[in-house]
Amino acid sequence: MSDSFTATAQPHSLTPHTVSERLAKKAFRNLKERTIETILLAAAFVSVVATLGIVWVLVSESVHFFANIPVHDFFTDTMWTPLFSEPRYGILPLLLGTVTTSLVALAVAIPLGTTIAIYLSEFANPSIREVVKPFLELLGGIPTIVYGYFALTVVTPLLQALIPSLPGFNMLSAGIVMGIAIIPYVSSLAEDAMRAVPMNMREGSYAMGGTRFQTAINVVVPAALSGVLSAYILGISRAVGETMIVAVAAGMQPNFTMNPMEPAQTISAYIVQVALGDLPHGSIGYQSIFAAGLTLMLMTLAFNILGHLIRRRYREAY
Amino acid sequence: MQQPQLVAIRTIIKSNKRWDLLFGVAGFVALMIGVLTFAALFAQMAYNGWERLTPEFFTNFPSRRAPQAGILSAWVGSLLVMLVTALAAVPLGVAAGTYLEEYAPKNLITDIIEINVTNLAGVPSIVYGLLALGIFVYAFGLGQSILSAGLTLALLILPIVIVATRESIRAIPQHIREGAYGLGATRWQVTRDHIVPYSMPGIMTGVIIGMSRAIGETAPIITIGALTFIAFLPPSPVTPEFPWISFEWLKSGFTVMPIQMFNWTSRPEEAFQQNAAAAGFILVLMTVAMNAIAIWIRYRLRKNIKW
Repeated sequence: MSDSFTATAQPHSLTPHTVSERLAKKAFRNLKERTIETILLAAAFVSVVATLGIVWVLVSESVHFFANIPVHDFFTDTMWTPLFSEPRYGILPLLLGTVTTSLVALAVAIPLGTTIAIYLSEFANPSIREVVKPFLELLGGIPTIVYGYFALTVVTPLLQALIPSLPGFNMLSAGIVMGIAIIPYVSSLAEDAMRAVPMNMREGSYAMGGTRFQTAINVVVPAALSGVLSAYILGISRAVGETMIVAVAAGMQPNFTMNPMEPAQTISAYIVQVALGDLPHGSIGYQSIFAAGLTLMLMTLAFNILGHLIRRRYREAY
Repeated sequence: MQQPQLVAIRTIIKSNKRWDLLFGVAGFVALMIGVLTFAALFAQMAYNGWERLTPEFFTNFPSRRAPQAGILSAWVGSLLVMLVTALAAVPLGVAAGTYLEEYAPKNLITDIIEINVTNLAGVPSIVYGLLALGIFVYAFGLGQSILSAGLTLALLILPIVIVATRESIRAIPQHIREGAYGLGATRWQVTRDHIVPYSMPGIMTGVIIGMSRAIGETAPIITIGALTFIAFLPPSPVTPEFPWISFEWLKSGFTVMPIQMFNWTSRPEEAFQQNAAAAGFILVLMTVAMNAIAIWIRYRLRKNIKW
């Protein structure tokens, strides 16, 4: 049956010559299609190569570093003095600096970001939202060096007026400004999650006499919890990796403390400090920034994975 | 209903309404904190840097004497680095996004690529600096050059371009593709003649937002070892003799706007803080302008497109 079908489908005007011509054209077209597909795949594969590159660079340099510095000392020593004549390499002071500035930042960004998200999603009328959202996006797009300058020259003097004993470089000012810088990340993701909650759930609450506030707190936020939590996680991993604000405003001395009123150095700020100097390629000081970078990378990776798991675990499908 | 019950209910309603109002005000205040911070930051830098914003500020090299210092090498450096970034990130990002939306089969390789793109978006920018230091600067021997910096920032904004490309391609309705395939077009013809042109505004928005992020990035460029004091310009890309185009500038040392600002910020003298304010003002103006263009494109896009 298929034979008779192809026989009738062949137009009579096709001579063998044109058939072979067409086949050649088709083969060329196929070849071209394949080539283009391969090129596009190669472009997409660049992301995989970049990830492998990051892992390779961090691990290979850190291996040299840990050949000289025992891993145990790295995680328990409370002194980080790589540029002294008797260098000590304990990551804890840098880790505490990173954790403290991040905690201050989150104490600012999470309440403000959540409030803004609820306000924009449940309270504000659409015209306000249209005007305000681009402003928030701009806030997220400002270069962090500018925020650093703002922390050092505006926020620190303001805080010093309130707390006279505050030193010129401190983690409090850097943390607060960092918090403001990550508000847009938290608020826009949280708002997206809240707006994805179906309208009929809100209507149910309103029909029972709930106010907008009660609806937001008891219905919308619980329903959007996975999205809101992953917005927080994104904020955390931004805060942990943030560099220039702390490098400018928090000082450059490693300090084994969690008191935000004191100056301290974060992991990222240490990398910047070393890069600004002139450490020879291959020296232990040079390798130390890769060990610090690996620590930082593992921290943000842990938060990113946590965020992924939360999204999976608590996702409510409507 | 009896009177006491009604009164009790009214009290509850009243208190609920009060909370509602209170939160409305709190939300507005929180929003204003964000918006006013932006205004304060902008105003403070404009106020402090105003005196320094003269034409000479743009045509002078950095100097040890603050009043004569300018941002010539910084803005030229930023411009050239951005050129390399755009030339690398846009084709790569658009090609990768197109592959993932139009070509990719559902298999392990596609999954790995998608996970990687998501993951790269969450990597702190300073880690990109370390990657560039280890690979571009030393392993590839590109040195502390404009090329290294441009490629680093290109990798940094690659996830932004990919995500923007994918989102705008996904918004194209299926029947456009079916129409083209129905006329016998190959997959590449559909992609080249329909998918990419129709998703162009969305891709442009993503590219501009990515570039505005790249222009303000400081940490990765410091990490690859950009110098903070540069009193020369890279060799000109246009030459008077035959091939007329020279690529020497790619290998040149450089500085960029945010690094120049960082350098001035870290000096104690008041006069240099003024320079920092002026440079910061220009930097914010540039990012605001780029974001405004992106927002405008998106706004027009939403208004004009009717499939």
